[in-house]
Amino acid sequence: MFVVASLSILITMALALIRAMLGPTVFDRVLALNMFGTKTVLFICVYCFASGRTDFLDLALLYSLMNFIGMVALLRFSQFGSFGGKGQELSQ
Amino acid sequence: MDMLELVDIFVLALLAATAVAVARVRNLWAAVMFTGIYSFLGAAWMLILDAPDVAFTEAAVGAGISTVLMLGTLALTSREEKPSKKSPVLPLIVVVVTGSTLIYGTLDMPRVGDPSAPVHTRMNPSYIEKSEHDMHGEMPNVVTSVLASYRGYDTLGETTVIFTAGIAVLLILRKPGKRKTELPNSAEQKGSHG
Repeated sequence: MFVVASLSILITMALALIRAMLGPTVFDRVLALNMFGTKTVLFICVYCFASGRTDFLDLALLYSLMNFIGMVALLRFSQFGSFGGKGQELSQ
Repeated sequence: MDMLELVDIFVLALLAATAVAVARVRNLWAAVMFTGIYSFLGAAWMLILDAPDVAFTEAAVGAGISTVLMLGTLALTSREEKPSKKSPVLPLIVVVVTGSTLIYGTLDMPRVGDPSAPVHTRMNPSYIEKSEHDMHGEMPNVVTSVLASYRGYDTLGETTVIFTAGIAVLLILRKPGKRKTELPNSAEQKGSHG
């Protein structure tokens, strides 16, 4: 059952990867990356239960944090062209 | 267990597809994003290989910091890669030869989880025997106690090196506009003192 769940998560990851490759706009790719990160968290959880080592679940927490920070950085960059700072506020 | 191997093959196939996508895509912004996906997949693969500490590092450094640093680099350069006019044959040959040499090198390595491998036979067993007592309780992972306690000074030195490298990268990536406003002031100060 866990194997079927992880395989279906992997198929979803493959679909997100295809969207990131094709994606014409920036936001298709951002959404694909965000979904990919979420699916990685899910995949780690399922794989931990499938292999019986549930103490690796902490990694899934770290991944969701990383996904959030990376997404904020990507969106800031795509909106402002760089990462804020004094000069950036003036150029707004 | 055979079904779990199917999952492993799927993850490796996704890794290969992402690597090809990084090499093929011309939009550098998309390439940075694909490296983020690659780090997520690589960290998941390291977790499958029973290396949670390396997976932690890969997630923090690969998916977190390096994505931000590469985006900071993109802010200083252009977003599109210039098409190369050189023939790709020679680099392809170099890559194929290097890759086959590396694969040839792995033939001598012991199989994953082999109990007679040197990494399982040469180590002093006292780390495993005394780790739980030395760490005052239930430590589920011996690697953590070795890394953070027995080799604590070593890890502190490594952290210092990484911190210094991070400061250097931040200094390089600093906005050039700020320095221009500072330079005339410092020149004036020097002139007034002299």
